[in-house]
Order: sequence, then structure tokens, then C-alpha cells
Amino acid sequence: MSHTVMQSLLAAIVVLPLVGAVAALLPAPPGLKGRDPGQAVLRHGVTVTGAVLALTVALAAGFDHDHPARMQATTDLSWIPALHIRIHLGVDGISLPLLLLTALLTFLGALYSYFRPPTGPGAPSPKAYVALLLVLEAGSLASFAVLDLVLFFLAFETVLIPMYFLIARWGGEDRERSAWRFVLYTLLGSVVMLLGLLLVGIKGGTFDMVALATDNGAGLSHSTQLLAVLAIGTGLAVKAPMWPLHTWLPDAHTAAPTVGSVLLAGVLLKMGTYGFVRILLPVAPDGMHAFAPYLAAFAAVGIIYGSLVCLALARKGARGDLKRLIAYSSVGHMGFVLLGIATLTPTGVNGALFANVAHGLITGLLFFLVGALKDRYGTSDLDSLSGTTGAALYGRAPRLGGLLAFGAVASLGLPGLAGFWGEMLAMFGAFRPADGLSRPAFVTFMALAGLGTLLTAAYLLVVVRRVCMGEQKEHNAVPAFADVQAYEFAAWSPLVALTVVAGLWPAVLLGLTDPAVQQLLGGGN
Amino acid sequence: MGSLAQSVDWLAIAPPTVTAVVALAVLVADLFLPEARKPLLGAMAVGGLVLAGLSLLPLHDGDRSTFCLTGPGTGMGAGAHATCSYAADHFTLVIQLLVLGGALLAALLSLSTVADTALPAGEFWFLLLSSAAGAALLPASRDLATLVVALEVASLPAFALVGLRRGDRRSSEAALKFFLSSVTATAVTLLGASFVYAATGTLHLTRIADGLAHTDPRLTVLAEAGVALTLVGFAFKTAAVPFHFWVPDTYVGAPLPVAAYLSVVGKAVGFTGLILVTVVAFPSYADVWGPALAVLAALTMTAGNVAALRQRPDRRSSAVRLLAWSSVGQAGYLLVPIAAAGYTDDPARAIGSTVAYALMYAAVNLGAFAVAALVARTKPHNRITDYRGLYARRPLAALALGFFLLCLAGLPPGVIGLFAKVTVFSAAVDAGLGWLAVVMAVNVVIALYYYLHWTAILFRVPEAEPAGAEAEPVRVPAPLTAAIAVTAVAGVALSGAPELVLRFASKALL
Repeated sequence: MSHTVMQSLLAAIVVLPLVGAVAALLPAPPGLKGRDPGQAVLRHGVTVTGAVLALTVALAAGFDHDHPARMQATTDLSWIPALHIRIHLGVDGISLPLLLLTALLTFLGALYSYFRPPTGPGAPSPKAYVALLLVLEAGSLASFAVLDLVLFFLAFETVLIPMYFLIARWGGEDRERSAWRFVLYTLLGSVVMLLGLLLVGIKGGTFDMVALATDNGAGLSHSTQLLAVLAIGTGLAVKAPMWPLHTWLPDAHTAAPTVGSVLLAGVLLKMGTYGFVRILLPVAPDGMHAFAPYLAAFAAVGIIYGSLVCLALARKGARGDLKRLIAYSSVGHMGFVLLGIATLTPTGVNGALFANVAHGLITGLLFFLVGALKDRYGTSDLDSLSGTTGAALYGRAPRLGGLLAFGAVASLGLPGLAGFWGEMLAMFGAFRPADGLSRPAFVTFMALAGLGTLLTAAYLLVVVRRVCMGEQKEHNAVPAFADVQAYEFAAWSPLVALTVVAGLWPAVLLGLTDPAVQQLLGGGN
Repeated sequence: MGSLAQSVDWLAIAPPTVTAVVALAVLVADLFLPEARKPLLGAMAVGGLVLAGLSLLPLHDGDRSTFCLTGPGTGMGAGAHATCSYAADHFTLVIQLLVLGGALLAALLSLSTVADTALPAGEFWFLLLSSAAGAALLPASRDLATLVVALEVASLPAFALVGLRRGDRRSSEAALKFFLSSVTATAVTLLGASFVYAATGTLHLTRIADGLAHTDPRLTVLAEAGVALTLVGFAFKTAAVPFHFWVPDTYVGAPLPVAAYLSVVGKAVGFTGLILVTVVAFPSYADVWGPALAVLAALTMTAGNVAALRQRPDRRSSAVRLLAWSSVGQAGYLLVPIAAAGYTDDPARAIGSTVAYALMYAAVNLGAFAVAALVARTKPHNRITDYRGLYARRPLAALALGFFLLCLAGLPPGVIGLFAKVTVFSAAVDAGLGWLAVVMAVNVVIALYYYLHWTAILFRVPEAEPAGAEAEPVRVPAPLTAAIAVTAVAGVALSGAPELVLRFASKALL
């Protein structure tokens, strides 16, 4: 495909959701009014996100897979010369999978909302919901597509307000406080990140990520790099989230509406880890080298901590919330991603990027499933769900039960499914970290991560046992409910299929990321 | 010896002059107009401000100056710059645009207020225009005497404006508070100016800069005291800590458009004067005022934001009170680049960030006040809780206010607010003021809390209205709509093309 077509595709992917968001607020044009205004605007959401997904797929099809390390579909326009800020867009093998993931998850979320309109106490019309969803999509797509530090920050911030309102207006219990926590934590992190970005931009003489990456930190003194990594890393670590900066995450996930949780876990967290790979690794290699052991240590603690909390939540009588449990499992999974990045090796970083995408697919699916479960049982509290023997989902809704078991097994990293490769590669990377990093320390972190996979398997199996198995007749109190509906199948099957594909054929993804990672790490080692 | 009669460049001094002449014309016309025709005065005032704004157009080259020293020994030698009392350079023009635009928007807000609350029209418009004339003169002043006179011309009518609500005890009290604290500050400034004059023997800013660099060692203490005291008066005007206590009471006591005027034009006056005296007159004392202003900026933004955070939303006039405290916080951000100017070799560039930030702040803050004026028409208590469900009643006004508040907070979709903060941050980082940048970062988060809280209230489901309480929507006066529309369009346009204001942050204005 010609360069101009690719250029306009990428630009359209970022701009279209924004236009769609404005259009969602306007009254529907005649002929598109639908049954009622709510239905019309939800359909509008499906159309726009569908179009964006189609454009993204077209972009992926036109992408030159022989040179994934090269920035493609680049646009480079001057926007604010005063601050040397340019509208610089482009995709390479690192950002392309994330763009696809974002477009896919948002589309599935919009589709799901079309059939199950968001509800909430005092929730306003779906108009605002769709508009916020589209702004959220625009912000997430932009943060993976821009190649300018300040634009990255702008995109990073764009998602805050929509997510705040999605949680605060359509969320569950304790939504206001959780929404505040989310927005204040991430803002505090991102303002600190801004200081780091400005430091890099001012000392490095440009905000352009490609130019800075080509320099590979040559223009930045050692102390500048340390400061930059500390500041930028803090902002990204809040978003990722890295233990101990994760405390906003369980509340936000628990309170958010289903689609909000899916996007929060599937897309927003990825911005943090993407920033590590795209900005910090190439721009401040010395700084990363100095902080890598600490990052790895925090990541390893996060893996263990996340799984221990999940085990505690999954226990009988702990009154653990299933959504909260999955949220904590994200802390563990993102720990693997951060560990992979901290190894500073191509193997580890590739593993991290793989785990990133895999976590988006699997955890997205799990949040959908738990949302469906909550709709049917009216609660996501594990104790009230399972009663004394178990919720007997296999008996009552075999397909839903089967999907949940699938999601759980994928999440625990069963070989052959997407969850396996990323975490394995991250641990491989830790086994042989980059030169100059303490090998014994990283081997210890690897051992801890290995222990984490065992604990993860343990709690996920406990969840499957308590939710899917059990005596069926005990639950006569809960009226019978439908098994997986057609629209639910439509929303979930792509995630299931991609989990299997990525598990069986990891080369699709690794072939894209590896050359780009080699280049970002300065030739690799 | 050259001619003693000065040739005056009337075009250069047109912006403040037109404003002042129209002010006098309004005062005279007030005597002859019958009661029924008084609204004409408001139209005259608005027209005068537009005219004054248009008179900036022919000056856009920014190379004019007038009231220059003539005769031998005044630096008129070949190649040397003339020493003038009035300069219409780019800095002057931008600030004049800000001041006149701000005054124009405040005038649009006032049109309906004057009619509704039976304020004395002639006096009101005269005072507003006089104050605007002083504020427009101030950025052009290049000697201490003109500067102080301009400062007083801008301030004195403002005291009267604040207290203009006859028979309102709080209004008079606010005016008195404002007056007493302001007069004290001005007196201190005058004392400082006289010390500086004593130490250097000149009032012209550029010559003071030379003079201070080579002061007689016996006069250093005098010069230092003069520098410090001069700054105090301007710090008061910007409402910097510890001169900020007058702000909330004054804003609440004043008519709402006057509060809007003070929050923008009053601030502009303060920081312009501060820039002129620090960067132009006292560059050799940068190691004194740089750190002092940095500390002042940190304290000001923290005090303002923390106080805004503590406002109870159900208190009477909590909306204006919140805007008042938040404007103190914003004044802190405005001071950051001025402080940074004390640390860099290129102070003229650093202060560009202040100018850019002030332009953004002027547009969105006036917009927020305009929506507050709109809401106050139906809910005179103007509590933040009164804004609940505004989106359901007036969707456009609610969207506009939400946008203005997010601009002030500096978050998308308020892109211009975000970039204005970015320029201020980068001025601080550039100057090596890392600690100040971190303090400001924390403040941005605090401010986000109350701005977003207010924004969230707008979109809440409205409380059940008592039956028939608001049967039909009250008609909105056209000038008020125009003010909201102008500020909203400005905000959106700037968000799309931030370069329009941010270019001031990249070039030397002075």
C-alpha cells in the first residue's frame, strides 16, 4: 500500500473516534434515529469503533511485515513550533499489536454495551457513555501512535477524564471514591512524568522519540538519565501498575462497569509498560541500567504479592470479590511484563510485549465473563456466589462455565495458550540479564516469578472449583438463567480465538516485535 | 541643545488614551442622558474598548516608543537606544491586548448586571474604563513614576467598583479591606521607588539597571532595600502570599463582573509590573529576587489551592469563593516563569511563558465567571451545589463551564490549559528550579481535585425541583451569551492551535 494511504489510515484511526465522540453528543440525523435515542447512540458507538477496527486491520494488512523495525505510516507535521512539538505519528512492530488490541477491545466493548446498555444509579443517557468511550479510544490509540514526548503525555492524560466519568457514573459500589483514587493517583504520576519528559526534551534538544532513540542517550548526561528514568518511570509505574504503586487499581477495577474494567485492564495498563519500552529503554539506557535491578525487584514482589492477595481472596469465607481478584491478578501479570523489561535483553523485552498483549486478551475476557456472572447472580462476591459447595456453573450454564475455565487456564499460563509465552520469555530473560546487571539477583527474581506462576495456578484453580463446580440443587433460590447469549459469544469469541492463535503461533507477534526491540535496545546483545 | 518640547507619538499611546477619553465621555454623557437612555452608556463603553483594541492593530510591528529623553547626555548617541518612558513593544502590545480584551469581556458581563442590580451606570462605566486605561498604560511604562501612576490609575477605580453596590454592607467592607491593604502596599512601593531613585539618580528602568550595577558601595543597603520594597506593591497586586487575604472577601463582596475583571486584569497589572521591575530594572539583583519569587510562587500556589480545596460546596457564594482562591493558586503558576527569569541568561524568554499562561488564563477564567454570572441569575446564592444538574437545564453552558474548568486544571480536553502548564513547567525545568516544578506538580493535582469535583457536579442528575419552581427557562441576556461564546470559541480555537499564544513563550518579548 502506498505511503499516503498508510499515513491517512493511521491519522484516521486517531481522529475518527474523536469526531465520533462529538457526533455522539449531537442529535441523531433523520434515518438513523433507531428505536429510541439511546439505541441510536449505542449503535453509533458500534459503528464508529467498528470502523476504527476495520481501519486498524487495514493498517496491519498494509504494514510492511518484512521491516517491522522501521517506523511506517509516518506523519510529521509541525504543530506548536514554540515548544518544538510536532504531530509525529507512526507505527512499528511494537505499537502495531497494541493498536490492534485497543481497537478490538473497544469495539467488543461497544458491541457488548449495545446489547447490554450500561446501567447505574442515576446514570445519564447512553449518549455521554458512548462519547466518553470514544474519547477513551482516541486517547489510547493516540498514545500508541504518537512519536513525540509531549503528545504522548497529552494522549496519556486524555484517557483520565473519560475513565473517571465512566467509573463515577456507571460504576458499582463505592464508585465515587474509586474514581477519585484512580484519577488522582494517575495524575500525580503523570505530572511527575511530565517533568521527566521535559527534562529529556530540554537536555536532549528535541521531543521527538525517534531522534532521541537514535541518539540512544548519547546526548543526555548520566545524572540527567537517572533523574529522567526516576521521574518518567514513576509516572509509568503508577499506570502499569507496579507494586507498591498499584493501590488505585483494585478499587477502580472493582467499581468500574464491565466495559470500563475491560478497557482499563486491557488497554490503559498497557500504556505504562509501552512507555517503558518506547521511551525509557532507548532514550535513557544508562538510567534504565541503573534502575533495572530495582524495577525487577518491585516486579518480582508484585508477582508474589498479587498472587498471594488473590489466594487470600479466593479462600472460603474471605468475602472476596471476583472482580477484585482479577484486578489483583493483573498486578501479578503486569509484574511479569515489568520483569521482562527490567532484564534489558531482547528476550525479556519481547516476552514483556507478548505478555502485554496476552494479558489484554485474557484479562479482557475474564472481566467480560465476571461481568456476565455478576449480571446473572446479582453479585460478584465469591462467597455468596458459591455458597457452601460451589456455584455449579458447569451444570447451570455449561458454556459460561467452560469459558470461565478457559480464561482461568489461559491466565495461569498453560502452554499452548497466549499467557504462556510472554511469562516464559520474561523469565528466560531474567535468567540471563543484560551485561552489567547482577545475574544472581535476577536469577532470584526469576525464581520468585516461578513461584508466582505456581501461586497463580493455585488461586485460579480454586476459583474455577468454587464457581464452576458444586452441587446444582442447592441453588434453587437463584432463578435459572440463560447460558451464553449470541451477543456475548460475538463479543468474547474473538478474544478466545486470538488467545489460542497467539498461544499456538507466537511467531506472529514475536516476528513483529523482535526486530523493533533489537533496534530500540541499540542493536541488542 | 535640542528642543525641550517633546514630540508625542499619538498612535503609540492610542490604546490607553482612547480608553481614558471614552471614560471621560461616558462620565459627561451620563449628566445629559435621561434615565431611560442610560443603557446607551454601556454600549459606549463596550464600543470604546473595541476601538482601543483596534488601535493596537497599526502598532503590531512593536517598534514604537515615545516620551523619550531629549537633549545631550541622554544616551541618544549613535547606535544607543533612546531612553523612553513609553514603549509599544511586543510585550506591551500583548499585555494591552489581554487587558483590553479582559475589560471588554468584563464589560459584556456587566451590561446585564448594571441594569439588573441598579448600579449607577455612569459611575460604573467610568470607573471600569479608567481602571482599564491605567492597566493598559502600565505595560508600556518604562520609568518608575509612570509605572506607579499607572498602577494607581488601575487600582483606585477598582476600589470604588468593588464598593459600588450601595447599601450592601459586605460590598463596602470588601472595598475597605481591598483599599487599605492595597494602599499600604502602594505606599511601600513608593518608598522603595524613592530609595532606588536615591541610589541610582534616575527613574528610567533601563538606566536603573545600569545604575544598580555600579552603585556606590555606601548606597548598596539603600539600593537593596529599595529593590525589595518596590517588589512588595506588585506582589500585592498579583495576590501573592502573604498579600492574598483580600482576594476571597473582595471577590465575593464585589459585583460578579467586577470580580471577573479583578481576577484577570488586576492580576495582569500585578505581574506586568513585576516583570518590568525585575527583568528590566533590577536584573543585577536577579540572585535576590529570583529565589524570593520562587519561594513566593510556591507559597502562593499552595496557599491558594489548599484554601480552594477546603471550600465547602454548600456555602453561600462558594462558587465565586472557589474561583477566588483558585485564582490565587493560578497567580502562583504565573510567578514561576518570572522566578525562573532570575536564573537564566535569557530572562526575556522565560517571562514569555508567563504571558502565554496569562492569555490562556484570561480567556478561560473569564469564561468561567461568565457562566457563573449566568447561573447567578436564577440561583443568586451561587453555591457550587447550585450547579448540580446544570447539564440537564443548560447543556451548552454546562459543557462550556466544564471545558473552562478543565482548561484551568490543565487536562484534556482543555488542551490549551495543559500546554500552558507545560510551558510554565519547562521554564522552571530549564532554569534548574526542579523543586519548584515538583511543588507545582503537586499543586496541579490538588487543583484538579476541586476543578474536577465541580465539573462532575455539572453532570449530576438534578435534584427534584419543587413543582413549578422553574416552569420556564429564564431568558439569557445577549451580551452574556456573547461573552460565554467568545471565551468558549477562544478556548477551543486555542486548544486546536496552541501556537497562537504559545509563540509568546518562545521569543523575547521585551
